[in-house]
Order: sequence, then C-alpha cells, then structure tokens
Amino acid sequence: MSLSTSMPVRLAGCGKTFADGTRALEPLDLGIAGGETLVLLGPSGCGKTTTLRILAGLEAPDPGGRVLFGEAEVTHLPIEKRNVGMVFQSYALFPNMDVAGNVGYGLRVRRLPEAERRRRVAEVLEMMAISELAHRRIDQLSGGQRQRVALARALAVRPQVLLLDEPLTALDAALRERLRVEIDALLRRLGITAIYVTHDQSEAMALGDRIVVMDRGRVAQVGPPREIYFRPANRFVAEFIGTMNLLRGELRDGRLVLPGGALPLAGSEAADGAAGETEVLFRPEAARICASEAAALVGRVRSAQFLGDRTRLVLDGVARRTVIVEAPGRREFRDGEAVGLTIDPTDLIRLPD
Amino acid sequence: MTRDRTRHLVLLLPLGILTGAFFLLPTARLIAVGASGEAGLAGYLAVLTTPRYFESFVATILLSLGVTAVTLAIATAAGLFLQRNAFPGREVLVALLTFPLAFPGVVVGFMVILLAGRQGVIGGLTDALTGEKLVFAYSMAGLFMGYVYFSIPRVILTVMAAIEKLDPALEEAARSLGAGPWTVLRDVVLPALKPAFLASGAVCFATAMGAFGTAFTLATDIDVLPMTIYTEFVLYANFATAAALSIVLGAITWLALALSRSLAGTTVAAAG
Repeated sequence: MSLSTSMPVRLAGCGKTFADGTRALEPLDLGIAGGETLVLLGPSGCGKTTTLRILAGLEAPDPGGRVLFGEAEVTHLPIEKRNVGMVFQSYALFPNMDVAGNVGYGLRVRRLPEAERRRRVAEVLEMMAISELAHRRIDQLSGGQRQRVALARALAVRPQVLLLDEPLTALDAALRERLRVEIDALLRRLGITAIYVTHDQSEAMALGDRIVVMDRGRVAQVGPPREIYFRPANRFVAEFIGTMNLLRGELRDGRLVLPGGALPLAGSEAADGAAGETEVLFRPEAARICASEAAALVGRVRSAQFLGDRTRLVLDGVARRTVIVEAPGRREFRDGEAVGLTIDPTDLIRLPD
Repeated sequence: MTRDRTRHLVLLLPLGILTGAFFLLPTARLIAVGASGEAGLAGYLAVLTTPRYFESFVATILLSLGVTAVTLAIATAAGLFLQRNAFPGREVLVALLTFPLAFPGVVVGFMVILLAGRQGVIGGLTDALTGEKLVFAYSMAGLFMGYVYFSIPRVILTVMAAIEKLDPALEEAARSLGAGPWTVLRDVVLPALKPAFLASGAVCFATAMGAFGTAFTLATDIDVLPMTIYTEFVLYANFATAAALSIVLGAITWLALALSRSLAGTTVAAAG
C-alpha cells in the first residue's frame, strides 16, 4: 500500500536560541533523502528534540534558518499546514475519542467524506494489525496498543514526513524490542521519510539508515550505524555509543607499551616510526581471551558478570584504567584470576587528533 | 484487623459527633418543621405549587445557571491565557483575580452598588454621555454581576490547575493532523477540561443558589430563594414554609453537586 511520498527534507542553517538566551541548537545543516530513516541520537539537552520540533514546525529556527520539504520552503508554515505525521513519547491520544475517532481525526479535520474516511481508517488499522481495537476507548488500551494507534493516526493522513519523538521510551523492555522491529519493517515497507529521535543507542542502530549523534547543540557525527560504531569521529561519540576501552601508553617498535604488556598495532601506524604517548580504543567484544603465555596483554579479573550468552569481565592491570571485555558464557571466572588478551590490530580504533 | 477497625472508629468519632449535632439533628428538625404547617407534609408540595415560591425557585435556578455559564466562559478564557503566557506581573494578576475570595457577600454587594448604583461609576458615566443614568445594581442584573465576580476565583483556580496538567503533546498532535488553533480548542482542549468544568461549575452553581449577603445588600425585593426564605422566616414568622423552602433549596443544590460528581468521576468537593 502506498501511503506516502518519499519527500526529501533539508535543514539549512537552522539554529535555535531560546528567549532566555540559552543556545539549544547551533546552526545546523542537514539533508535527509526521500524515504530515508534518520535517527537523531544524543543525551538529554543535546538538541535532538529541538531539531525535530523545527522540522515539525512546532519551533521556528533562529532568523536565517530555513526548512525545506522537497523544493518548497516551509520555514514559516505552522505545523498544521506541513502535512507531517507525529508520534510522541506520551502517545498523546485524544481521550475523548475512541480508537477509530483518533485515527480518523486528521481526515475529519480535512473534511474527507464519511465513507472515504471510514475506508482509510480501516485500511490503516489493518496495516497496524489493530482492527479489532477500533471501538475501544483509549483508557482500555495497553501501552503498546496505544503507540500502535498513535502510529496509525499519524499515517492515516498520508504525511510527507513522519516524525517520531522517543516513541518507545515509555514502554517496557520486551515490548520496546518488539515494537522496534515492527516500526522498522513498517518504515521500510512504506518508504516514507522518517526522522526518529531517541537517546537509546541500540534503537538508533537498529532503525537508522543514518544516525546523527548530537552533543550540546552540535552534531558530533553523521553516518550509517556501522560507521558510527566502528569509526567514531571523536571521543564523545566513542564513549556515548556502546562500551569503549581506552588504552594509553608509550609507542615503541610498532607496539603500544602498557602496564599489562605490549600490544601490536596495525602496520601503517607501526610504520610511522613515531614514538611517544598515544592512545587507542577497542570494544569489549574485540578482545579475545587466551592463555596468559600466548597473550599480548595480561590482567586480573576484578569482577565477572554472567549475562547468559556471554560473561562481561572487568579487568585490572591491563591499562591505567580498568578494561571491560567479553568472554564466552560457558567459561567461569574467579575474581583475581589472571587472564590473557589478544586484540586484532584491525579492531583497534584511533581517534582523529 | 479488629484493632484497626476500632482505631478507625475512634478517629471518626469527632466527625460523627459534629455531623450528628450540627447537621443531622437540625436537618431532621427542619424537615419536621417544614411538615408542621396546616397542610402537614403537603406543605412541601405547596412551596412548589404556590406561584410566588415557584417563581422564586425558577428565578434562582436560572440566575445560578447563567452565573455558572458566564463564569465558566470567562474563567476558561482567562485561565488559558494566564497558563499559556508568561509575562511580568502574571503572579500579581492571578492573585488579584482570586481576591474576591476574601470578601463576604455583603462587601461584594457594596461594590456592585458603588459601580452600578444610583451614585455609581456607570451611572455617572452614562449620565455624562447620554444624559440618562444607567442604574442596575438593585436588580437581577446587579446580582448577576456580583455573583459572577465572586464566582470567578473559585472556577479559575480549578480550571488553571486542569490546564496545567494537560499534556502539551495532545494539542501538538492535533495540530500535526491539520487542526488550526480553534479546532484544537474545540476538539481537544475543552473536552479534556470537562471534569474541571463539571467540578467547578457545580460548586459555582451551588454557591450562587445559596448566596444571601449580596442579595440582601442590593435590595430586599429581589426574589431569589434565600431572600424568600429570609422574608418568610423573619418578616412573616412563617416557620413551616421557611423550613420547607430551605429543605427543597438544599435538595436541589445537593442534587447538582451529586450529579456533577458522578459525571466527573472525581470528588467535586476537592475543587471547592
């Protein structure tokens, strides 16, 4: 079913300064391709919600900023004229209307004939697999059902752009996972341009074609999930996304000399012939546990957390700070036990200076 | 379990004594007095069938309904504005709006006379402009104005609290679906405030039904029910009729409160 147009969207020089002088958003240029799912990711106060609200038309950018839907400039159009679909963390369903009333509200406002309206409502309810809820009151719905109704309501008007503001944050973990998969499938199937705000990195990884990591009103990095995860552009992104270990030591003969041993670096870096203090990063899953004798680095188990499929180890003595690595779940570790680590040089991450 | 229940009973004792001594006993006595006239229990029917009393009931109910409607309209408009806009002096304005709570009905009546009485501001102004003095303090219009004035704070505080609790995302969602500001007000905001309207409206209605001080200050010939009761009781010493009128007035007011409570699904008294 073709509910949508694949509308490209562009923000040009959109900053936001609030009345009290606080800068919520530094001037931002951002292009979103038609049909793309773009995730705005960052801690609270990073400007991701402000960006979404500027796209929606709920906030005006500072003078000079422009919002474009396709070729048309919509900077001065209020939200009700932008034809966007919006989904909120609090669901924001109208309690004085039943499910069908909520889903059909946008069509009623557009004065669609009754029959057409009913057909479209049934169509969207069917798509969201909630046809049987049509005549329920909102307070008779579970959280997951509410968010499905909210999605149906946003999609019923066939919006040019779908805007989602932390839509899964209010749900419990299992439901969040399930709805995330559903939303992902829905967005792919509809091919609608979607902007999705979240502070949850796994949500961002799973849903985004591209992720915009934001920090204190600035873009820290824009890129596909893999690039964000494996090639963070700076320390903020490296530390915000997933768990990252920092190794700081002396570079000598192509190896990084650390308290727990000497770690071989990749050829190109080793060949630099450079010496002196340097740092590399690695993800917990990049380290392989091996016998101490065969290991590049040796440390001691400070604590071991059994997570079922794997064991998360916090190690002392490898680097100046503790290091977190992952081991297969089958093997048991005792506190204080010596373990050896090897890390493939290609799994080491160097931040640009 | 039983210890708990005993303790609860002990804690309820003061309320029980107060209710018994100052509410149940006098009410029972009032009901008895109402039936003590020549017609007996039919005296209750008489207060509804006698044209003079019946007209008084109708006038009082219409006045109270009118006051409630106008107060709700004014308070909602003002409440929406005050809750949505931050400006210097906002706190002072809210405090001023709740000022009438501090005045007894007599003072409100006095203020109505100062404004619309024979020597009032409006009279002076219309005299200078048209040569004719506009005086309406001593009529239903004056009473209406006074009642609206002292009802506004009761309603506006409840309505403002309800607006504050409203999820801003509700309105944003409606707007994203294409609804303009007035449509959002009609379809989303006002329905969401319905419980607050019912609660504060009922209290407003009940207060207007029973208010006496303002009416007494303005004129003795305004035919609202509390005035009629006063006249029957003090001037004609017609105790049975006065008692019957009181009981019926109380019943109507109580019914209005109970009805709104069941419609709103929450405790109306909490809004008072």
